[in-house]
Amino acid sequence: MTALPRWLDIGVLPVVNLALALLAAAVVVALVGEDPLEVFGVLLQGAFASGSLGYTLYYATNFVFTGLAAALAFQARLFNIGAEGQATLGGLGIALACLSLETVLPGWLVALVAIGGAALFGAAWAVVPGWLQAYRGSHIVITTIMFNFLASGLMVWLLSGPMMRPGQGSPQTRLFDEAVRLPAIHDLVRGLGFEAARSPLNLSFLFALLACAAVWVLIWRTKFGYALRAIGHSEEAARYAGIPVRRAVVAAMALSGALAGCMALNEVLGVQHKLVLNFSAGYGFTGIAVALMGRNHPLGILGAGLLFGALFQGGAELNFEFETITHELALVIQGLVILFSGALAYMFTPWLARRLFLRSAAHG
Amino acid sequence: MAELWIDMLAVLDGTARLAAPLILCAMAGLVSERSGIVDIGLEGKLLTGAFAAAAVATLTGSPWAGLAAALAASVMLALVHGFACITHRGEQIVSGVAVNILALGMTVVVANALFRHGGHTPPLGAEERFSPLSLPLAETLRDVPVVGPLYAELVSGHNLLVYAAFLSVALVWWLVWRTRFGLRLRAAGELPEAVDSAGVSVSALRYRGILIAGLLCGLAGAYLSIAHGAGFVREMSAGKGFLALAALIFGRWRPLPVLFACLLFGLLDTVAPRLQGMDLPLIGPAPVALVSVLPYAMTVVLLAGFFGRAVPPRALGRPFAKEH
Repeated sequence: MTALPRWLDIGVLPVVNLALALLAAAVVVALVGEDPLEVFGVLLQGAFASGSLGYTLYYATNFVFTGLAAALAFQARLFNIGAEGQATLGGLGIALACLSLETVLPGWLVALVAIGGAALFGAAWAVVPGWLQAYRGSHIVITTIMFNFLASGLMVWLLSGPMMRPGQGSPQTRLFDEAVRLPAIHDLVRGLGFEAARSPLNLSFLFALLACAAVWVLIWRTKFGYALRAIGHSEEAARYAGIPVRRAVVAAMALSGALAGCMALNEVLGVQHKLVLNFSAGYGFTGIAVALMGRNHPLGILGAGLLFGALFQGGAELNFEFETITHELALVIQGLVILFSGALAYMFTPWLARRLFLRSAAHG
Repeated sequence: MAELWIDMLAVLDGTARLAAPLILCAMAGLVSERSGIVDIGLEGKLLTGAFAAAAVATLTGSPWAGLAAALAASVMLALVHGFACITHRGEQIVSGVAVNILALGMTVVVANALFRHGGHTPPLGAEERFSPLSLPLAETLRDVPVVGPLYAELVSGHNLLVYAAFLSVALVWWLVWRTRFGLRLRAAGELPEAVDSAGVSVSALRYRGILIAGLLCGLAGAYLSIAHGAGFVREMSAGKGFLALAALIFGRWRPLPVLFACLLFGLLDTVAPRLQGMDLPLIGPAPVALVSVLPYAMTVVLLAGFFGRAVPPRALGRPFAKEH
């Protein structure tokens, strides 16, 4: 494989790949019979107009959590594609904490327990596939896929039975008490004396930023992070160096699952205030795209998370502006981003290296 | 007694209907994975096939044109996977995820553009679909005890693609285990270096494996939208591609066990809704939602190696780089 200098790998390649994905999406739009520039214009405006920035950041919160989850596992070359299920279980952890404790403990304390519950339940749902991979050799991709379906089956059963809102027919829990909900940013800002447009953006956005910082410290400033990166480069070498590979794999999955579970903070504790079916809505898979585009680096993930947040919020605007183009265009772009910046990431590496006369690199 | 027999036949009949797309997708996965290419994009190809079939059947009025479109669309997606994984040696899992998400978005976008029907196609009429075939003598033999109903209810009365699904198992078995191509295909998935040093192109073999997978998924997609169903509905594949993947592993990458896994999963799917509202001994109200995810749980347990062992082809997921 041709190696590119780091600045190219991090700075230029993602941009090239994003441009390719957008170009391919533009072809789709043109074939459908709309003007790509107009469509992308509406997308951008829909994402960053003054009233919608909050929505963009709200979506980005989900993507940062699931992106970090994917990236942390990627560091050890583990494909955690079970973020959907782990986020779902995170929601369950929140619901159990809130519904059982909210009459007993003060609200802020219940919220803290709920945050812990989200991380713990998400981690638990990832630890099993992690353990099976490390100790039984079961392929983690397959087990995490299976666990996604198991999580959704579990949720259908719980929400249409034991946890269903009393006296109602729809599969959801009752609303949580006001005191345990995460405050919305527009309320916090108003408390400081400023005005902000109403949006679902809530305190979890700050948690997502904190999580970025924490993951950066963990990966590049701790022994454990070093172990993960070593495993990612060569499991064999890591084992030879005395790193307990199996335990590290399980721990990496636990942390990855905890991050995915925290996505539920935004959706369940921050916005819905109840547990509903399928609130993860594919955001777990978007996390893979975010991690790939962000080159598995927390800063990159923050950027990619914002980009995808804009894509989803702007995509929602497409429904109102065009008859033929709907918000699913965002899914098309997402798929193309995964294709170009993941599976085809190095298609242009030799070409780029030659263009830039990186002779040594081109020979590598 | 006769009534119980008829009930059982109805359950088995439902099983065949629900298992048919699983069988086709699982056979697709088998051929692809035997050649060394992981295929978690079965779901996306299935969905794309379903959409293409319904869309073209609507536009032309011919189920055959729909079927051809399903094959073409699914193969195109398979080629994208091949281009990424074989030509550019990209991550096969990542490419599969991309294929699935791309299919999810594209089907709805194109459906909206063509029909403006909220991401669906208009419902299809009987002549635009593959209708159930009545096998010869089915009605005459119906009154023969035991065997008559078996023939009339279970064997006869399916659409063409159900028979194609069962036929595909025999074909795949013959192709992969009884031909020179099959031997080489399996070698490409076990020890590609050996294939290469014998002067046979690993890439060409894997591309052919992927093409066959594309065709089979296309058939499965056509089954969903223009044979079993009557039109395309968004996300209508509903995880069947992943269930087929589970069946592929549960059947340890071998045609006959994979067929049985598909039938078992199909049976569970047929039985689960019938349990709705029933009280089971010890358990209480039947947890229907849990019964329907049983196949996934069984696959995990099998993968964990607590009973039996599922050993994938040795070079599965490993890109092959020809040495110069």
